[in-house]
Amino acid sequence: MEFISTPPFLLLERSSVRRVMLQVLLALLPGIAAYVWLIGPAIVVQLAIATLAAVLGEALMLALRRKPLALFLSDGSAIVSAWLIALSFPPLAPWWLIVVGTLLAIVVAKHLYGGLGQNPFNPAMVAFSACIVSFPALMSQWPALGLQLSFGEQFQLIAGLLPRIDAMSGATPLDALKTALKLGDGQVDVPTLLATQDVFGHFAGRGWEWVAGGYLLGGLWMWQRKLITWHAPFGFLAGLSLLAAALWAWNPQQFADPLFHLLSGGAMLGAFFIVTDPVSGCTTPRGKLIFGLLAGVLAYIIRVFGGFPDGVAFAVLLMNLCVPLIDMYSQPPIFGLKDAP
Amino acid sequence: MLQRLFHFKGGVKPQTHKAPSVQQPIGQAPLPARLYVPLHQSIGGVPNPLVEVGEHVAKGQLIGGADGWLSAAVHASTSGTVLAIEEHLAAHPSGLPTLTVVIEPDGRDEWLARTPVDYRALPPERVRELLRDAGVVGLGGAVFPSHAKLTAAAAVPVDELVINGAECEPYMSCDDMLMRERGEEIVRGIAIFRDLLAARRVLIGIEDNKPEAVAAMQQAVQRLGDDYRVVAVPTRYPAGGAKQLIRVLTGKEVPASKRSTDLGVQCFNVATAYTAWRALACGEPVISRIVTLAGNLEQPRNWEVRLGTPLRDLLALGKPKADSSRYLMGGPMMGFEIPSLDAPVVKATNCVIAASPTMFPPNPPEMPCIRCGACADVCPHELQPFELYWFARARNFGKTQEYHIFDCIECGCCSYVCPSHIPLVQYFRFAKSEIWSREREKNAADAAKARFELRNAREERELAEKAERLARAAAARAAEKKVASVAEVTTAAAAEATPATAATTTTEPAAAAPTVDRAALATAPEPPLVAPAADAQALKKATIVAAMERARAQREAVQPKNTEQFSAEQKRQLAAVEVRRAALQAEQAVSPATATPERSAD
Repeated sequence: MEFISTPPFLLLERSSVRRVMLQVLLALLPGIAAYVWLIGPAIVVQLAIATLAAVLGEALMLALRRKPLALFLSDGSAIVSAWLIALSFPPLAPWWLIVVGTLLAIVVAKHLYGGLGQNPFNPAMVAFSACIVSFPALMSQWPALGLQLSFGEQFQLIAGLLPRIDAMSGATPLDALKTALKLGDGQVDVPTLLATQDVFGHFAGRGWEWVAGGYLLGGLWMWQRKLITWHAPFGFLAGLSLLAAALWAWNPQQFADPLFHLLSGGAMLGAFFIVTDPVSGCTTPRGKLIFGLLAGVLAYIIRVFGGFPDGVAFAVLLMNLCVPLIDMYSQPPIFGLKDAP
Repeated sequence: MLQRLFHFKGGVKPQTHKAPSVQQPIGQAPLPARLYVPLHQSIGGVPNPLVEVGEHVAKGQLIGGADGWLSAAVHASTSGTVLAIEEHLAAHPSGLPTLTVVIEPDGRDEWLARTPVDYRALPPERVRELLRDAGVVGLGGAVFPSHAKLTAAAAVPVDELVINGAECEPYMSCDDMLMRERGEEIVRGIAIFRDLLAARRVLIGIEDNKPEAVAAMQQAVQRLGDDYRVVAVPTRYPAGGAKQLIRVLTGKEVPASKRSTDLGVQCFNVATAYTAWRALACGEPVISRIVTLAGNLEQPRNWEVRLGTPLRDLLALGKPKADSSRYLMGGPMMGFEIPSLDAPVVKATNCVIAASPTMFPPNPPEMPCIRCGACADVCPHELQPFELYWFARARNFGKTQEYHIFDCIECGCCSYVCPSHIPLVQYFRFAKSEIWSREREKNAADAAKARFELRNAREERELAEKAERLARAAAARAAEKKVASVAEVTTAAAAEATPATAATTTTEPAAAAPTVDRAALATAPEPPLVAPAADAQALKKATIVAAMERARAQREAVQPKNTEQFSAEQKRQLAAVEVRRAALQAEQAVSPATATPERSAD
């Protein structure tokens, strides 16, 4: 539909999709900074690879779909997806894994569903889920703590020039705890594990807790800038920590405390950058709260009782399915009709 | 004296740009060479032209009479000669023409005898009529006939009368200047509305970025010893929307499905109160209004402009800068681009903005909706604009209504904040007009169906009647043959005798007589047919009566919509058609009745 010269006539520089996406990228920077401090510049290489793959994939699909390239390439949405993928994949994963994941997100999850604004599933989470199912070993190899690799070695690992040796890789703190509990078969308890094992820090995984803090900071900034509302992140974190608190209160020997779960895995990244995705998430205030809450509960169940190292991706995808239903039943009352049944 | 203020959700805060146009007092715009006064300047019926080409009119003379209750009269803005009553470009985004009275001013600007009235001495009904005939309409921009808003709901007393001086659109300052300069007359006008509605309290709402207007109105209220409250409301677009101002001042929320009087509140613009006072106390109908001339001009200012003044003449007063490329009527949030400067100033013209490409750059390209919800955050009616957008785009109009599209006041906040630059309001207008036109089409189709059924019934009846006649003729011929064989008369004699025979059996001898021979040749229908035909007659008659009843109900149910305007010539043709149709219908109503004695004669 085309409308000619329509109000409102611009009075000042308005917001745009590009500005929104740019601010999301900015909000990711504190988390990325902590990540670099923890792992090294490898993560920057991964971000670059993912960005390149996303832009190329986006350009290819736009050309195939005969859409204006410059307009849509500059909106920045593909780069946001790319960065989220790079940040959720293992930092020393081979380059082709990041490329496969990014292309899955851009080509399949985004453009095959109709492009910007049309995808029912969060592209980054589609990429993560597809890759963890297809390449479970590679997707579970996180750099072992204390492993001091030079940038050159990291780069060679990513480029596939160095053989992957077991000593170089460990599990995420979440995975480590789960595996230890499983192996201990009731003989080991969580407090001892957290206190003795090297991989754990003050609150959660050593170092990872600061990365999570960085995401939290960026998320709060987005909230302050009104890019996101509090509903979805609050719901997500509440759902995750309430369930964690209940089980922890019931059996602190076998279940980690809520803070551990809040600062582990993809919880913070998920709370502020994934469940807040406007396209694949709920839109009404109550809907966002419900969406976040249920995603948090599901994430906890999958990460604690499921077979995968973390549950955020699957939880979000499952909740993406429920979005139309939740939105339909959570429409807010309108002006003048608040008392109406 | 502190007034509790309420809050409406949403809204935006665009830059106001009001200062340049309030530096000088309201100016009197000079008389233009020609005035183009459109007859249809308000919501409701199109006024009928009451003057003829060549006629001399006086200033304030009625040139268009209100058509029905929901309509408002139109008057000559100066004295002069009617040059034409013709289609002229309207002040409307479509740029379509509308029936317009063209007046050549004689330069004397002579008033028709003005008759001030004391409205308190008149019955309320008469006051409303006077307001209608003085052309008093909502001058905030909606141009709804004011008299039609001056009846309280039967069961609900009017608690608050809200007077709207908020003026939230950027650039606009006509109400501001009017309040500063003519506050007393506004306050006197408010008394008319208060008395007609028997309102308990009067609240005058003015955005707090107009402290001079607030002070002027407070002084005017004090001077006249009234107990109206002048309230400064927070500056936030669209605080000047009637429903938003009512909410802010009274806490009441008026949904689209209700009238504000149902909730015991009514709202008028300050300029409307002013014109109501001038109309009654001075006998001066609405022939001019204050227009803000703003934007890319050397001399932005407010002018009192005669209605019908071409926009070109008005803009010349402001001296547009060289790079002015387009002109807007109304504010930048809700206004529209003027298709041509030949269009005249009308009652709805509150502001004319000259725009340069740097001031209002062209709209950036529309991107897909990313469902960010920014529109829902700023919607003052708490709608979900992006949902409405998806449904409107998909032409799922049922859903748009389910999501309350008719509660949208088209304030433009959603389009203003949309990061994808989607002209949301245009989609909503599209959906609304589609829904309206579908309703019209459905009504028209129902009427057509009734007409079709009526015609079918008539044709069947005519066929049956013809069959009956033929059968009768055949019977007559058979009888005649018998007579002929006995009396041995010639066929010529038989033919002569036929009319007489026919006359005894039918009331239509002229029709029966010539058919005798042809009927005999064409093997007329068997006589037994007559009996079922007579039986079916009652059924058919019932069908006809029912169909006519349906058609009549349809006609009455269809509300005349003033989406089309007709020229005087077209109106005459329509009237002629109506007369013919009425005559035909009367005939049809009579003919089944005459059929009864015809059959009983058999």
